[in-house]
Amino acid sequence: MSVSSISIEPNGSKPKHLTIGRIGLYCFILMCALFFLMPLYVMIVTSLKDMDEIRSGNLLYIPKTLSFYAWPKAWSEACTGFVCEGLKPGLINSIKITVPSVIVSVSLGALNGYALAFWRFKGAYLFFGLCLFGAFIPYQVMVYPLLKIESAIGIYSSLPGIILVHTIFGMPILTLIFRNFYASLPIDLFKAARIDGGNFLKIFFYVIIPMSTPITIVAVILQVTGIWNDFLLGLVFAGRDNQPMTVQLNNIVQVDFGVAEYNVDMAATILTSMIPLAVYFISGRWFVRGIAAGAIKG
Amino acid sequence: MKNSVEVKKLAFNYGKLEILKNLDLNIQDGEFMVLLGPSGCGKTTLLNCIAGLLDLNEGQIWIENDNVTWKEPKDRHIGMVFQSYALYPSMTVEKNLSFGLRMMNVSKSIIQEKIKKASELLQIGDLLHRKPSQLSGGQRQRVAIGRALVRDAKVFLFDEPLSNLDAKLRAELRYEIKKLHRDLGNTMIYVTHDQIEAMTLADRIAVMKNGVIQQLDSPKQIYNKPANLFVADFIGSPGMNFFNGKYNKEENSLSFHNSNISLENYEFENQPEDTNSIVLGIRPEDIHLNKSANSKEFKIELIEPMGADTLIWLSFENVPFSVRLEGSSDYKLGDLIHLEFNIKRASLFDKKSEKRI
Amino acid sequence: MQSLTKNLASKIALLPMIIISLTVFVGCIIYSFVYSLTGSKLIPALNYVGFKQYEMLFKSRKWDVAVENIFIYGFVFTIGCLVIGFLLAVLIDQKIRGESLFRTIFLYPYAMSFVVTGLVWKWVLNPTFGFEHSMHLWGFDWFKLDWLVNRELAIYAVCIAAVWQGAGFVMVLMLAGLRGIDDDIWKSLSIEGIPKWKSYLFVILPMIRPMVVTSIVLIAAGVVKVYDLILALTSGGPGFATTTPAMYVMENFFSRANLGQAFAASIIMFISVVCILAPWAYYEFYYRNKEAKA
Repeated sequence: MSVSSISIEPNGSKPKHLTIGRIGLYCFILMCALFFLMPLYVMIVTSLKDMDEIRSGNLLYIPKTLSFYAWPKAWSEACTGFVCEGLKPGLINSIKITVPSVIVSVSLGALNGYALAFWRFKGAYLFFGLCLFGAFIPYQVMVYPLLKIESAIGIYSSLPGIILVHTIFGMPILTLIFRNFYASLPIDLFKAARIDGGNFLKIFFYVIIPMSTPITIVAVILQVTGIWNDFLLGLVFAGRDNQPMTVQLNNIVQVDFGVAEYNVDMAATILTSMIPLAVYFISGRWFVRGIAAGAIKG
Repeated sequence: MKNSVEVKKLAFNYGKLEILKNLDLNIQDGEFMVLLGPSGCGKTTLLNCIAGLLDLNEGQIWIENDNVTWKEPKDRHIGMVFQSYALYPSMTVEKNLSFGLRMMNVSKSIIQEKIKKASELLQIGDLLHRKPSQLSGGQRQRVAIGRALVRDAKVFLFDEPLSNLDAKLRAELRYEIKKLHRDLGNTMIYVTHDQIEAMTLADRIAVMKNGVIQQLDSPKQIYNKPANLFVADFIGSPGMNFFNGKYNKEENSLSFHNSNISLENYEFENQPEDTNSIVLGIRPEDIHLNKSANSKEFKIELIEPMGADTLIWLSFENVPFSVRLEGSSDYKLGDLIHLEFNIKRASLFDKKSEKRI
Repeated sequence: MQSLTKNLASKIALLPMIIISLTVFVGCIIYSFVYSLTGSKLIPALNYVGFKQYEMLFKSRKWDVAVENIFIYGFVFTIGCLVIGFLLAVLIDQKIRGESLFRTIFLYPYAMSFVVTGLVWKWVLNPTFGFEHSMHLWGFDWFKLDWLVNRELAIYAVCIAAVWQGAGFVMVLMLAGLRGIDDDIWKSLSIEGIPKWKSYLFVILPMIRPMVVTSIVLIAAGVVKVYDLILALTSGGPGFATTTPAMYVMENFFSRANLGQAFAASIIMFISVVCILAPWAYYEFYYRNKEAKA
């Protein structure tokens, strides 16, 4: 086979060769990937070293001797303030907060989206606009008055209190994505259901909810990730006995006294991120769809 | 007449699927060639291979005596017009036209000159400062063509440019394209699934099915002497009528269950064997009102008034068929009339091979 | 009366949204404003002091640093996320092998809590044991990455961590925009022989302008809220070199027992958000109307 392309009469498939451009592209994207992966790698590697190696060794090297000391300590013995029970109670608290919050906020968001998409009344969109506007207001502006309101009702610093707060702050975006989704369904479906004698609730439960699976998955993913990763609201509203994992984590790491045990710190960060990362890796495409859904305003 | 575009033994596979197989096609200089066929027949794939947007598996493409098989689209002397026109939405018409040349660092004066020439020819001179969203469908089409003109393309490729339009606009733009071909004289290759477009625009039509060219001929030939059953059925609206019969060699006639039809005036291309199954194809306008030795009596079962013509439906040997009458005809359902088949203009096909005989 | 009971079920269903929008979103702003005009210390008290809280606020050195920081952070974070996000989206759009793997890698930081991000980067940027130390061990003694203890540079360390977490989000948005581009446009660019980078710059980017605008708005919304990240990464330090308006507000609410100041600062935060949003909302509204009429 001749090497020179000048003597070959072009025939058939174009000969493929790796251009400089293509090589450069892969190099660049690999470098970016390394930058993004580096912190995760450091987290894992550090959690498996002992403190001597951490002090003397290189941040980026694999552990010379694998040490699992940090993990059980992070889980059940590390000190989060006055109590030294590790992250385990935090995990339970995070679950106690996340599960009900997700259920309530997603249900309410679906109901709101349904009402706005099919049963509009005058002024409904005004309130919806107001609600959306609320999504942009920084939490700090609303924290104290909310605190006051919840105290007045008697649920401040408690589990119902934090669930209510998450519902409030989740409402704008959830209502938006449900409304957009329902608005994209064929209106004829709804009309046919009304002619068949359906009313507000009946149509919602028998027709709309069965069709809502895709958007519900997206909503649940958004909420699980957002609520699990929340720090500020949990700190203020959950109450001393219900502090979520993120708050416990911060307490473990920010020690003002004693020796900082970096391997325990890193093990703790991995434990805290496990659930959202698992959700992310499993849901993959749905996660992406969630972000895109929120960004596309109606 | 020398060839402007030559496709030699082209094969294109999509994974394991063979879309185009061993396809040969020669397009003459200045010819308007239409690639016609149903969805999935490979016509767009063929066009994209010629354009260089797809890399073929086997064969060669020659454009203007240049072997362009391995060349980039921009080096193939072609311009292309798409279904969506693909005008760059954020640029004015002038910028759209000059974009390619500006990217190649052609001097401003030359660019101006080319734009002036193209816009005069296409009459888009006063649209130069508008954006695509402010243009009508016809204007957008002209700008899309202008883009190719400005680059001195020798061959123009059209990928179903009228498919998205309503009937009236389609007719207007069809007329404009034909006029353009007359004025410019460039070779044009046009892909469509609409046989009316093909018939009105083409110098020659390549009817395609499953990646194979069924017939390559002028519109007149394709309409009057279709090469096989597929082409006969695809071309013509309202469609050709078909009847299944058996050949009677002795009497040179076609026999059906209850009657015969004489094949006296038919010009055979291949003489069929006795008792072969034959399909008789005859167009609605080739069946005439006439009482003669060869005519038969039928009852009108359905009437479709179409304005200029009236289409009536009847049955022959339990097979429904249509006949085209004058629009002013005054017949009613149930009327009995005498019809004669014009066998000279009919087409006979072997039932098994589906080829014309 | 008739119009009030019409569509009753829907009105009842939307009652929570209406109540929340009014009491929380609107009510809290009014409450905060009213109490920002008081001298409340430990508990909210209606002792009117006019705009004195605001005067003190603008004289506060800490507040100055906070505002300066939010501008620097806002600018670097927004530009960083936009540029890197767009670049990553373009790279992934090149039909590379392993596309979903790379997308997963660039997006996973977004799934992590701000606290985790802050803590990890605090560790990586640790002057004694972090990346700087690694470089020294490899022989690059001159390498310095001690931004966390540098008053001037600490805020930029925050920016790095923030962009690492947020770029993937922008990448997803941009990629959605890129994927929406009609194939015929790419074919036309190919026929005209326009090189890829010019295609992106002059044709594609203008075409995804709405997506870019949306990205900017969403990024900007996140800028003012930033709190968890800084708390975890620097605790506002060194000193108060990386403090932000949000931190200033929280401090005054909970540790310094100066409610009046906190309310005043939070109102200023609110006003600045409105200043960013209002022109965008007006632009969208006006633009939509214009296009509808056209």
